[in-house]
Amino acid sequence: MKKIRVLHYLNQFYGGIGGEDKADVPVQVKEEAVGPGLAIKAALGEDGDIIATIICGDNYFNENLESATAEILKLVEQYKPDLLIAGPAFNAGRYGMACGGVCKAVGETFSIPTVTGMYIESPGVDGYRKYTYIVETGNSAADMRRAIPPMVTLAKKLVAGEPLGDPKSEGYISRGLRQNYFHTERGSKRAVDMLLAKIKGEPFVTEYPMPEFDRVAPNPHILDMSKATIALVTSGGIVPKGNPDRIESSSASRFGCYDITGVTDLTADTYQTAHGGYDPVYANLDADRVLPVDVLREMEAAGVIGKLHNLYYATVGNGTSVANAKKYAAAIGAELKEAGVDAVILTST
Amino acid sequence: MQLELGIIKIKDVQFGSATKIENNVLYVDKAELIAALSGDERIQSIDVELAKPGDSTRIIPVKDVIEPRVKVEGPGNIFPGMLGKVEMVGTGRTHVLSGCAVVTSGNIVGFQEGIIDMSGPGADYTPFSKLFNVVIVAEPKEGVLQHDHEASVRNIGFKAAAYLAEAGRQVTPCEIKKYEHLPFIEGVKRYPNLPKVVFVYMLQTQGLLHDTYVYGVDAKRILPTLISPTEVFDGAIVSGNCVSACDKNPTIVHCNNPIIEDLYDRHGTDLNFLGVVITNENVTLADKERSSNYTAKLVEMLGADAVIISEEGFGNPDADLMMNCVKIENKGIKTVLVTDEYAGRDGASQSLADANPLANAVITAGNANEVIVLPPMAKVIGHPRVADVIAGGWAGSLQPDGSIIAEIQVITGVNSELGYFTLTAREV
Repeated sequence: MKKIRVLHYLNQFYGGIGGEDKADVPVQVKEEAVGPGLAIKAALGEDGDIIATIICGDNYFNENLESATAEILKLVEQYKPDLLIAGPAFNAGRYGMACGGVCKAVGETFSIPTVTGMYIESPGVDGYRKYTYIVETGNSAADMRRAIPPMVTLAKKLVAGEPLGDPKSEGYISRGLRQNYFHTERGSKRAVDMLLAKIKGEPFVTEYPMPEFDRVAPNPHILDMSKATIALVTSGGIVPKGNPDRIESSSASRFGCYDITGVTDLTADTYQTAHGGYDPVYANLDADRVLPVDVLREMEAAGVIGKLHNLYYATVGNGTSVANAKKYAAAIGAELKEAGVDAVILTST
Repeated sequence: MQLELGIIKIKDVQFGSATKIENNVLYVDKAELIAALSGDERIQSIDVELAKPGDSTRIIPVKDVIEPRVKVEGPGNIFPGMLGKVEMVGTGRTHVLSGCAVVTSGNIVGFQEGIIDMSGPGADYTPFSKLFNVVIVAEPKEGVLQHDHEASVRNIGFKAAAYLAEAGRQVTPCEIKKYEHLPFIEGVKRYPNLPKVVFVYMLQTQGLLHDTYVYGVDAKRILPTLISPTEVFDGAIVSGNCVSACDKNPTIVHCNNPIIEDLYDRHGTDLNFLGVVITNENVTLADKERSSNYTAKLVEMLGADAVIISEEGFGNPDADLMMNCVKIENKGIKTVLVTDEYAGRDGASQSLADANPLANAVITAGNANEVIVLPPMAKVIGHPRVADVIAGGWAGSLQPDGSIIAEIQVITGVNSELGYFTLTAREV
């Protein structure tokens, strides 16, 4: 079997350069195993070898995020590893952020597995668990001997493309990703079993732990509507006829921005809905029912509102993930703010 | 109320010169079936095809899946209010053609129709690939509006199931399942020491092609109410058939409601299954408040100790699910919820559109956004090009070689929120 080519990332301390006073040393490389790398090398045994160790000061990395990342990516390109291991960083905050950041960048750029190790409360865990595999370690280097073997075991599995068990049994911190699998029992049976456990006060594990729900407090209301610029934003899928941006009927991967300068009425010939979640007949006959351009033009003419913004934004809310919805909202919000819009009417379906 | 279900196992389906069941084979007189379904002036043409487990066959777009059942004793008929009269069902004896189904297809109505692959990886993702399917391909006349098209195809599906089920009227079932639903006072007395459990059955009623019918009544116009579980087995609840494919409840799943079956399974040993409350998922806040308040009140009036609440659909109904959960938990009644997830293609997003800490016991039917590749099939029944527009597909989902890359959302029945299937999700 081909030996796994491992690239290892360390900070200035574990890289043997020095302590806090050396935290600003730039990116450098040694073509050998260094410090904790010796334990990794031992755990790899015949299966692989550390081909090089990248060392970078924690301050240097965190203060020069973009350029330091670029330098590291260049080295990865040069060494062509099968795997990147960073740290372990234990509870060191900046080191954890650096390990996470390097793993994320390398994983995304080269599509190779990355593994690091951190204490559960390290800030790097929250920031990067989605993007890499973080093996849970103790909070200090005293845990080094125990921390390394599970990192290497997991790394070998990832390189081999073996399916992983649940995070607990594999020893890594949950990445917060939902993954499908087939259960041996159908859902209804599991529901009855869970209900009986809950009734009896026996322990049970919910299959979907509730997230922290993001509730947005509304802004103060507008004092003088006659001077306000109002924009329309819809998740009801109203698009110019033909759906020029091909916004999907469900799980929309984008939003569209359309100019309505001079448009006073949306007609069956000019606009339609792209939304797949409702009977489109009435929206297609008169898209003002979902995106009330006609009424707002009348209000604009009557001086009830100052002005209708000349651009409207549309996406399809049907089955669109909360994460994507948030992303579109942030982008649309920034553009509206930039354009000096005072208030937005959000319509759904 | 006592109901016997006589199970007739169907192990193959073939076209024949007469519609009959012999040696567990369902023979279908195609011409007679088509004649029985004709007469709707909104429909241009009707054809019938067969799709069997293991066939290299894809059905797209799938509207409803319906199990043939026929009442052989007791009042009323299957799908009351949709076919025949509105006699109360749920007593006597019903014969079930188990192992086969009517699948309705034909050109797309809306966007929320599905795919059933009879073999390959897609077959693993739907419970309906294991059935001998009689596929009704009903094509609408040009210019027929979506909701009229939907109503036509819905009705044609029920008629086809009723027609086929007649073949089972005189057949001796291989198994008789007996179900009893007592008046509530007697039900409580029967097992006084067991926890009293009620099933809260949320029906998709967002409207505009998202509808469910109870004895023929559009369920968005009901107040939450009681129904006997045996009535459900007799088709008192049917699907309006153009709801998102992965997590709608096709009519076959209503008739075989797995939560009702599994509660009956433990009835008298671990729990006392008192009954079923049906409620809706309307879109206005006042409707949501009213229905969830009313549901919690009914559950309390029944004296339940615990409930299972099932959802249908996603997004907007997540709010109804949470309202039902919170209001029932706040009465000191324990809840388990059955839902599914929209966690994004990478699984990294929050899964539901609403959440509450009281929802601490949740069964998930998996992440509908996960992407799957469905390889080409030798035969496609229906219209493969709609893969690009159905919910879960995108422009380009249908590949030049006939394969389909899409979210599993497109697969009929994969994320069943009645727990009819085994797919689930975990955090990794």
